[in-house]
Amino acid sequence: MKVVILDYGAGNVRSVAFALERLGVDAILTADPESIKNADRVIFPGQGEARMAMQKLAASGLEQILPKLKQPVLGICLGMQLLFESTEEGNTKGLGIIPGAVKRFSSGKIPQMGWNTLFDLQGPLFEGIHENDYMYLVHSYFAPLVAETTATAHYGLNYSVAVQKNNFVGVQFHPEKSGKAGQRLLRNFLNWNK
Amino acid sequence: MLCKRIIPCLDIKDGRTVKGVNFVNLRDAGDPVELAQQYAEEGADELVFLDISATEQRRKTLVELVEKVARAIDIPFTVGGGISTVEDVHLLLQHGADKVSVNSAAVKRPELIDEIALTFGSQCLVVAIDAKQIDKQWKVHLVGGKVPTEIDLFEWAKTVEERGAGEILFTSMDHDGTKNGFANAALAQLSESRQIPIIASGGAGNISHFSATFIHGKADAALAASVFHFGKIPIHKLKAALKDNQIPVRL
Repeated sequence: MKVVILDYGAGNVRSVAFALERLGVDAILTADPESIKNADRVIFPGQGEARMAMQKLAASGLEQILPKLKQPVLGICLGMQLLFESTEEGNTKGLGIIPGAVKRFSSGKIPQMGWNTLFDLQGPLFEGIHENDYMYLVHSYFAPLVAETTATAHYGLNYSVAVQKNNFVGVQFHPEKSGKAGQRLLRNFLNWNK
Repeated sequence: MLCKRIIPCLDIKDGRTVKGVNFVNLRDAGDPVELAQQYAEEGADELVFLDISATEQRRKTLVELVEKVARAIDIPFTVGGGISTVEDVHLLLQHGADKVSVNSAAVKRPELIDEIALTFGSQCLVVAIDAKQIDKQWKVHLVGGKVPTEIDLFEWAKTVEERGAGEILFTSMDHDGTKNGFANAALAQLSESRQIPIIASGGAGNISHFSATFIHGKADAALAASVFHFGKIPIHKLKAALKDNQIPVRL
């Protein structure tokens, strides 16, 4: 199985690669459109700030390519937020795969940083994962509850921590840093046959 | 509900853990990777590696260690010690560190905070502040708490938040090493005046100190070294006790 991790600039993408390595999968870190188109699985980790990330995706042509992919695609953290139409972070237009606008938290410590539980889990990504399992989150902006929501978390309000539309899934938490539950989610993604 | 975090801190010198570590199950007590794995299994929520090497090889050795740790563990970890440029940060993140912590270099050149936050995002930047009370005023100290400055702790905390820090790691030099509890009054003042999370450090001696720093110190996380290394407080036992006190923890 050919798994690619989008590497479009600064930040820690190797954590995701190492997590896959622990599952016995050697992933390719790349921004090359051909390599991405031909992959069996595509992982889109969020890095840095939304506007800068979208600029990098636009510059490499990935902004056009990503929404057209047919294989399973997993957005992580900012990678999930950019699946939406827009985000308040830098007033940035997203990829528009999922309707809705990402907004900034308005209460509590910002960023939310640490382990939180998920609830209302749905879909193949959460097989074997339970309502009381914890995932590791670091974020200042949140995705709203939408028809595509497949898991919810609470931080001042209820919001989407996972979404799915067709072959696109996104998670707000970092499965690569979320212990055994996170590892299970990554394995479910690799095994998911959309 | 978001959990309070328990963070063991490992001092690293030339790629090895420094202080005597006293885990019965360890094959090699000086191996930071094995220790990190042990902590992760025991329920640590994050880890901090503080590099205190002073050799020319330090950067290379640290980067190699970061990569080994990142391969081995599946919880987040922060690397600190001697970080003074964006390039230092880039190298560590590139090799798998989740966050970096800066201390003296940010006091000397506060723009460093803006530069790191803009390049890599606030989420990966912890600003560590060492402070001590002088004539009832909390003053920021440098070089591991040895060199006093005229800078007020609370003013500096405000500045680092405004410049883009994602978190503050506050160590009270008055409490560090005493095992008499954390600096809860100062911590509460910090936590209530700042929007970013505050990590309490310095003074952990027993389980009730952790409860107190979450309840009275309003800390978002608590960091300690020796009480964990010497097995005086097993992490799973600590977290079970915190839960009994209605403090949200990951168990």
